[in-house]
Amino acid sequence: MTAQPLLAPRSACDLPVLRQRGQREVFCGLTGIVWLHRKMRDAFFLVVGSRTCAHLLQSAAGVMIFAEPRFATAVIDERDLAGLADLHDELDRVVGRLIDRRPDIRTLFLVGSCPSEVIKLDLAKAAARLSLGFGNRPRVLSYSGSGIETTFTEGEDACLAALVPDLPAEGRDAEASLLVVGTLADVVEDQFRRLFADLGIGRVAFLPGRHREDLPAVGPATRMLLAQPYLAETARRLEDRGARRLAAPFPLGAEGTTDWLWAAATAFGVPAERFETVTRPARQRARAAVARHRAALENRRIFFFPDSQLEIPLARMLSCELGMIPVEVGTPYLHRAHLDPDLSRLSPDLVLSEGQDVEAQLDRCRAAKPDLVVCGLGLANPLEAEGFTTKWSIETVFTPIQGYEQAGDLAELFARPLDRRNRLEV
Amino acid sequence: MQLTVWTYEGPPHVGAMRVATALTDVHYVLHAPQGDTYADLLFTMIERRGARPPVTYTTFQARDLGGDTAELFKTSVQEACERFRPAAVLVGASCTAELIQDDPGGLARALGLGIPVIPLELPAYQRKENWGASETFYHLVRALAGPSAPPPGTPRPARPADRRPRCNLLGPTALGFRHRDDVVEVTRLLATMGVDVSVVAPLGASAADVARLGEADFNVVLYPETGRQAATWLARSFGQPMVDIVPIGVGATRDFIAAVAAAAGVDPAPALAAETARSPWYARSVDSTYLTGKRVFVFGDATHAVAAARVARDELGFTVVGLGTYQREFAREVRTAAALYGLEALITDDYLEVEESIAGLHPELVLGTQMERHIAKRLGVPCAVISAPVHVQDFPARYSPQMGFEGANVLFDSWVHPLMMGLEEHLLGMFRDDPEFADGAAPSHLASVAPIAAAPVEPILAPAATASVVAAVAPVAVAHPASPAAPVPATGPDWTAEAERELRKIPFFVRGKARRNTEIFARDKGCASITVETLYDAKAHFGR
Repeated sequence: MTAQPLLAPRSACDLPVLRQRGQREVFCGLTGIVWLHRKMRDAFFLVVGSRTCAHLLQSAAGVMIFAEPRFATAVIDERDLAGLADLHDELDRVVGRLIDRRPDIRTLFLVGSCPSEVIKLDLAKAAARLSLGFGNRPRVLSYSGSGIETTFTEGEDACLAALVPDLPAEGRDAEASLLVVGTLADVVEDQFRRLFADLGIGRVAFLPGRHREDLPAVGPATRMLLAQPYLAETARRLEDRGARRLAAPFPLGAEGTTDWLWAAATAFGVPAERFETVTRPARQRARAAVARHRAALENRRIFFFPDSQLEIPLARMLSCELGMIPVEVGTPYLHRAHLDPDLSRLSPDLVLSEGQDVEAQLDRCRAAKPDLVVCGLGLANPLEAEGFTTKWSIETVFTPIQGYEQAGDLAELFARPLDRRNRLEV
Repeated sequence: MQLTVWTYEGPPHVGAMRVATALTDVHYVLHAPQGDTYADLLFTMIERRGARPPVTYTTFQARDLGGDTAELFKTSVQEACERFRPAAVLVGASCTAELIQDDPGGLARALGLGIPVIPLELPAYQRKENWGASETFYHLVRALAGPSAPPPGTPRPARPADRRPRCNLLGPTALGFRHRDDVVEVTRLLATMGVDVSVVAPLGASAADVARLGEADFNVVLYPETGRQAATWLARSFGQPMVDIVPIGVGATRDFIAAVAAAAGVDPAPALAAETARSPWYARSVDSTYLTGKRVFVFGDATHAVAAARVARDELGFTVVGLGTYQREFAREVRTAAALYGLEALITDDYLEVEESIAGLHPELVLGTQMERHIAKRLGVPCAVISAPVHVQDFPARYSPQMGFEGANVLFDSWVHPLMMGLEEHLLGMFRDDPEFADGAAPSHLASVAPIAAAPVEPILAPAATASVVAAVAPVAVAHPASPAAPVPATGPDWTAEAERELRKIPFFVRGKARRNTEIFARDKGCASITVETLYDAKAHFGR
């Protein structure tokens, strides 16, 4: 088998988009803190918001606290709403106490919420003031994870975009380097590092890194490969700093991972034979692992409610590599440029929807009677009770699914609910 | 501004959702930004409800703020009413919408929906979940039952002699701690007294049921946190007496029977004679002797905490060493109860403060919420959960009430079980040095299973992160190596090797306390090192 893409890309523009406006059944961008704080081991996320924000974080994450976590909420109360000057003093006090308690923190993110945005609390200004006061130890940055501006995974985009100005500059004459952008589980990151090293791509960095000192340099010699499909603003800011994006499908499944790696290999002049030699063992393992689930999933019809923006690459992987039939693929936002390689591999027969009117979409789902529904936790059990088989979409965000060694696990995530329904006799 | 790492109660609109979801035909339209829909999963995942909560969110975004969010709200109400055809609609704002001041009540009323519109004003920057539930239920009752209230001062007509007495059960909600089973148990108990239940509200009630609350002879408030405010209004408006003794524990259940008998005008004797609790005899059984004087720390919502303290002391023979609640609204009640045990009540919603208090008191059993369960696990203390905030484990498949005589049985089992588990671990420890217990030895009853030396280690590709998703379902430790929260033992005099060996013979669950007490004693006496003598001197000194 050759390593080159099997399907000839066609224009994604011929897929019409159903845009609807109504109730959105999605998380806000604060939720990203749950995986971002685990990835960035010396960062602390302080949400400036309401009790609702704190409750969301603990409910969405299902987190009970044994040790002190590296996120918290500064809950705005009635007295704070009386005057903005007080609010900044209060914030300084809360942050001061926090840093006294956690001197190990190297980056502190002040995370804006719906209430802080509505009262126009200037967190960027607060972050600059605090950072100066602390002599950048910790470095204080800000971004908004508010529901009025961000949907679920867009919180990560906003966070990484806030980091971009902090990246050291790299000279024009620097040797070409590869920057992989988007949170990946450590185990996946390490696998990719080994593959890139074996391919002979020497200068590779990941954003976000595990520690503040891992912040990669960026410049015109930087080639960036997006590991996640929701990084519009981060990519734009990196491009402003000279980085060039390598177009590729996202690294889901055996073929998606191959095409993603191939984009880097091409940019770095890796010979095709070397690419073949390096990737073949893992690719074959991945294909075999995926194939084990083909019987369970082939020709099954799947319906995606919008959630993480991973829906389009997932639909591509499930249709191209497992023979599933996507009926509707919903996404909170559609970034055509970044998703074109995935979109162009999708069948033109499906409904591509952006945004959400959850009631109308539930009606379409009931009418379509899919074999498997991918949806959020608020909808899963009610749909199961109606007789549908569901897969929680949030699991695709928290579970390592990218790369060759996870391709089988990814297929299994979708096969398991169907398998379970077959087993149960009650 | 308050730094919050974890919170016992959600915002007040979540309390309103618990009331709306409990009702059968009332819809709640919440003016809220996208993201606030997370609250749905509390009901669909923690309580495992098979239907979405009857809540429509306007989910406004930043671009709407410049435009007309009021119009968006009106459209949402209109569409929700057309789609769901509710008998009444609750309207309100979450924390963010409260700031934009769109007046949901006025907007919804102007739509002329032809059904009762109940506006909720729940100040999100001031109040919390239980208060929101209470306030919502109160306004709902006023709006729906109010029209049938007699003119003020009208005396309540006597119950016809040929009709059995009937009461309402007020307070149970969706997402309540064992509310589902408590309602069944209390209904059964009332039946043994010849008292019928007219309406249970809000759990399982329709708008029409709420409208006829005034028909009952009296009200039983099962959960004062959510039901007392409405019951007080019903007492004032309909002259309905209120029974607000919470029947948790055998003693409280007996008191409850007496109070119901007085309100209903029936004889309490048959119900008292039909007492089905095994727990009083189990507590007297000699095998329970070891429970005597166990030091217990109690924390939870006010109702469950106060009731648990009474059961702990009077029905299990424990010593209550700490009592507290996260509900400031009920601080007075809990302080009064704590005084009965010679204690200062702990009133706080900061779990770090609770942890500090538990660590300082060295209890042998913690009765608390899921958070105290985690604290206790960290400190190595047995724990049983007695109160919300709820967790998926608090919705067992089996019947498991807290109230009435069966509830008392459940309490006995669920509180004594963790202590027995501790004992079993101690026994395992005692036999640890026997050859059969050596590492790698197969269980003796599974002779065919030989231990595999150096089993190949499979890489786990879906590590802990997977679990943390599982959102509301399974709590996950967010372990952090640099956590300063774990109590650090103060350095003290050195232990001699012999004293260390002697200490290890002490059961593990009191070993920590023995170590601490001995070190305190040694320091006070100015001992340079701790010998076996010091250990036993300290034991005699602290012996209780």
